[in-house]
Amino acid sequence: MKKTKAVLFSILIILFFFNLSFPQENLSPLPPTEVRASDTPNDNGHSITVTWKLSGDDGADKKNVVAYEILRSDSPTGEFIVRGMVPAGNNTYQDRGAKEKEDKNYFHPHKDFYYKVRAKTLNSYSESEVAGPAQAYGEWFHLGKLPVFVGTVTFTIMVLAFISLARKGKEFYVRPLAGIDAVDDAIGRATEMGRPILYILGLGSAADIATIASFTILNRIAKKTAEHKTKIIVPCNDPIVMSVAQETVKAGYLDAGRPDMYKEENIFYLTSMQFAYVAAVNGIMLREQTATNFYLGKFYAESLILAETGSVAGSIQISGTDEIAQIPFFVAATDFTLIGEELYAASAYLGREPLLLGALKAQDLAKAIVMISLALGALAASFHLGFFLKLFTVQM
Amino acid sequence: METIGIWIAALLTLGIFSFLYKDNPFYKFCESLFVGISAGYWFVTTFWQVFMPKLADNLIAGRFYYMIGAIFGVLMLLRLFPKIGWLSRWSLALVVGTTAGLYFTRYLVSNGMVQVQNTIIPLYVKGNLSQTIGNLVIVIGTFSGLIYFFFSKEHKGAFGGLAKLGIWFLMLSFGASFGYTVMSRMSLLIGRMDYLLGTWLGLIR
Repeated sequence: MKKTKAVLFSILIILFFFNLSFPQENLSPLPPTEVRASDTPNDNGHSITVTWKLSGDDGADKKNVVAYEILRSDSPTGEFIVRGMVPAGNNTYQDRGAKEKEDKNYFHPHKDFYYKVRAKTLNSYSESEVAGPAQAYGEWFHLGKLPVFVGTVTFTIMVLAFISLARKGKEFYVRPLAGIDAVDDAIGRATEMGRPILYILGLGSAADIATIASFTILNRIAKKTAEHKTKIIVPCNDPIVMSVAQETVKAGYLDAGRPDMYKEENIFYLTSMQFAYVAAVNGIMLREQTATNFYLGKFYAESLILAETGSVAGSIQISGTDEIAQIPFFVAATDFTLIGEELYAASAYLGREPLLLGALKAQDLAKAIVMISLALGALAASFHLGFFLKLFTVQM
Repeated sequence: METIGIWIAALLTLGIFSFLYKDNPFYKFCESLFVGISAGYWFVTTFWQVFMPKLADNLIAGRFYYMIGAIFGVLMLLRLFPKIGWLSRWSLALVVGTTAGLYFTRYLVSNGMVQVQNTIIPLYVKGNLSQTIGNLVIVIGTFSGLIYFFFSKEHKGAFGGLAKLGIWFLMLSFGASFGYTVMSRMSLLIGRMDYLLGTWLGLIR
């Protein structure tokens, strides 16, 4: 026992001497310098951006700084609270807050704030000088989105110009689309067989571009079915889509001069759940023995299940969607497919209305501009001219 | 209780699978159950996740401008009364018009500008043949694909040739996408089989 005590005492003596003999290594890292706080540009006024020069102890060979903490206060001498942290090597932080006053993280615009940046090691830290005051304020226009604004204005002008030309009677050529040319035959087949037509608008909302295009096609098909006295069934998976579809089909029957034949119960809501909807539509296909199935709109994983069931039932099938991942299934399992933008073009091709034709022509002109930009851009990039790319760069 | 749940899920799975043979009463029962439960579930979810937090809570908190949305909602319900049902068109027009307008800029950025941005790449990368070929494929594929979707001109001559090249590019990418998705569907089938043979019957572990 005495021996153990003597050993421990000796160790303590040695440690004491070592502590006195060698200077203690300073564990605090060098602080960050040149801290700047300023309003974050192009935002809604609830954020301040803090930048700093990295600590001298932040680098590949001096990895003792592991992170930077950003602290904020209402006054330069007040209490600073931690607002966020970034890993070592980063020298920017956006101090964001909520815009709702009730939110506990509300960021007050037009108010002075002071910032400090703390360089942290695993067991120590050092703080920068206080920076500020800085105020957050919102901008009316997001300059980083200027290309979007220019694109929108240009495209709108093009659409209006082409609509105006179409209204003045200018004839516009639209190339034939195989899927749409087959519509008349498909309706004729259903009429001859005395079986109904099934029209699926997909799973999109009423505001999806594909669904809107599908409404236009539905209107034309409803008109033809009314002329041929053929039943059309439109099961929907969205209540608003169902309401618009009812109006669309009713207008088609009215155009055909057969409003008496319109039956609202044939355009109905099933469910909003994807696969429950598919199960019900599959049942309808087999029980009603539909002669022709149209799948036009926004489709997801259900596309192949629907198209396969229709194929088994022996229906003629015409499909179209702008969902790239689903097009292969429609190509494989249906008779005609409208690929992507062909769906939008089909509504103009069928309707021949100035509004739709004008929009289609404007799209073509926009595509021509994009093609020229691509060619020039690729050439510019080949010669290392970066300015061209900046024209299309959008900051979000 | 858990055992009953497993049995119900397994029998309903078999009921839905029975459609592969032909339409039958068992499938009809499963289909009706599925549709009914999902529609009811959707109603309850919408009530608690949309109606209550987005409308009722805001009205209770005194934010009465939310009444504008409520009025448009009520207009939709007027479809139930044929004489004044036309008023629902105002709500439909508002929903379709505003959402389409909001989507416009989003699509312009994601489907237009970002695509162009990612296609502005050098046609020749010095000392890197594979990247040069890759870049050429991207630029030519995009260019010819765009030509295919050009509707104002008949696809004839050189223009038609480029459009045909475009559809080849599209079909190749569709083929790859088809294969990829079929494999992911196989994993769904395996998951279901695993449930039936493992969780239910205990034949596989």
